[in-house]
Amino acid sequence: MNVIYIIWLRQLKRDLHSRAWIIAAFGQPVMYLLALTFGFGPFYQKASGLNYLQFLVPGVISMGIIFPAVLSGMEIVWDRQFGFLKETLVAPVSRFKIVLGRILGGATLALIRGMLVFIFCLALGFRIENTALLPVAFAWMFFIAVFCASIGTVIGSLLEDIQSFQLMMNFFIMPFFLFSNALFPLDRLPQGMRTIVSLNPLSHGIDGLRGSLTHGFFFGAGADLCVLGIFTAILFILASYLFSLIEP
Amino acid sequence: MIEVYELSKKFGDFCAVDRVSFSVPEGVIFGFLGPNGAGKTTTIRMLTTMLRPTGGRMLVDGHDPVKEQYQVRRSFGIVFQDPSLDEELTAFENMDFHGVLYGLPSWERRQNIEKLLCLVELEERQDELVKFFSTGMKRRLEVARALLHQPKILFLDEPTLGLDPQTRKRIWDYIKDLNQGQKLTVFFTTHYLDEVERAADQIAIIDQGRIIVNDTPSNIKNKTGSSSLEDAFILLTGKVIRDEDPSAMDRMRLRRKFRRKR
Ligand SMILES: Nc1ncnc2c1ncn2[C@@H]1O[C@H](COP(=O)(O)OP(=O)(O)OP(=O)(O)O)[C@@H](O)[C@H]1O
Ligand SMILES: [Mg+2]
Repeated sequence: MNVIYIIWLRQLKRDLHSRAWIIAAFGQPVMYLLALTFGFGPFYQKASGLNYLQFLVPGVISMGIIFPAVLSGMEIVWDRQFGFLKETLVAPVSRFKIVLGRILGGATLALIRGMLVFIFCLALGFRIENTALLPVAFAWMFFIAVFCASIGTVIGSLLEDIQSFQLMMNFFIMPFFLFSNALFPLDRLPQGMRTIVSLNPLSHGIDGLRGSLTHGFFFGAGADLCVLGIFTAILFILASYLFSLIEP
Repeated sequence: MIEVYELSKKFGDFCAVDRVSFSVPEGVIFGFLGPNGAGKTTTIRMLTTMLRPTGGRMLVDGHDPVKEQYQVRRSFGIVFQDPSLDEELTAFENMDFHGVLYGLPSWERRQNIEKLLCLVELEERQDELVKFFSTGMKRRLEVARALLHQPKILFLDEPTLGLDPQTRKRIWDYIKDLNQGQKLTVFFTTHYLDEVERAADQIAIIDQGRIIVNDTPSNIKNKTGSSSLEDAFILLTGKVIRDEDPSAMDRMRLRRKFRRKR
């Protein structure tokens, strides 16, 4: 327990010691939010009669969570390159605990960032439909964060240098995000695209968050929970396994 | 305390450690010497559960590093050849992290950390981020960290590289104290022959993966008829310990860099 806690705490401390993270946390999601609401908002309103901001915000909050959570997996590559990984790997603790601590740490940091984006959106005029569901929404945010931190850990355990991680971000994580329901609704998509987006586990996380904040669920809360739960479990086990293979 | 029998490690066709056998009794300071690329670090990596050997047997504190990793990991502390601190944490946080990993209760952590940071003269800078430390300060912190959980065996892979003579002496004095007082077993590699001469009870010289000599410093000097270890070393390996030939050294470094990249 202590071991998981100290690894979790380390992730947090590292992050808070460097101040650049605040800018990084806000930058990307806020840019998307502003550009898309002002750019697409009017079209969306005309086509559906609904407010785009209300639709987009859960997607943008997810964005604020997804990228830092996946990046927290890159820390493994960094720790390996800076040698610190050795220190944890020769200690008499199970690799499983190390992975769990790392994933929870990365997820917590991503959650904090998501919260900041959320507050910013509230200031911009986003309205929560049902305040009683707010804790549920936070739970979904954390769930998405754990899912993405597990993906990051899988990738981080496989890669050996930072350059290839950037490549992964651009050609794997970015499409993963774009082909989800973060930025557009599913109802009017062509069948092929709709299937792809529905098969993306991330869509179910975002649907869960969106459902509890505003529009109600598209897939249904139970389906969302099942899909994201199963994928998170698989990725977590895979991450622990791949991490245990690392030779310091 | 450490028993090694016919230990081998092959990387592909290349034999980095070639059927090496030696033993280090409890309470002995054992110096592991050899030119660059001889296989010193590879041997340490196998003894400390980081690398699986391709042949032979080992026992560390009575346990097999391949099959009983947990017990072996409990028994030793290590200073790696390459840096291994978390630069984004403070000196104290690095120590504390280590203490928790090794299961020390908080009162013991606080007490030992304070004592060890004083020893390496970092107590006044304990709340500074490690990335602002000089190379020597980082090294001192790593030595302190390796001793924090009071291991039975201490592995030191070129621990005093880049340290000034006073600090080197201080650290060795402390290690010798622990060695005498608590029977700490020490396994170290170094390129400083004067250090070996002063500190080691026993020496093994390794070259190209094979052990050439394994004896006490005085016996080695007597046998080779040399007045200093330096002469004995050259006589035995045909090389100067600090490999001054740039081409040979560069070749090795390049090869190693290339391998790391893959
Ligand atoms: N992972 C690896 N893959 C392939 N070859 C390796 C690997 N690690 C080490 N070697 C090779 O094994 C040999 C022994 O390396 P080792 O690091 O044990 O030397 P060393 O005695 O510690 O040298 P130094 O004094 O420079 O630290 C070298 O030729 C090195 O290139
Ligand atoms: Mg070495």
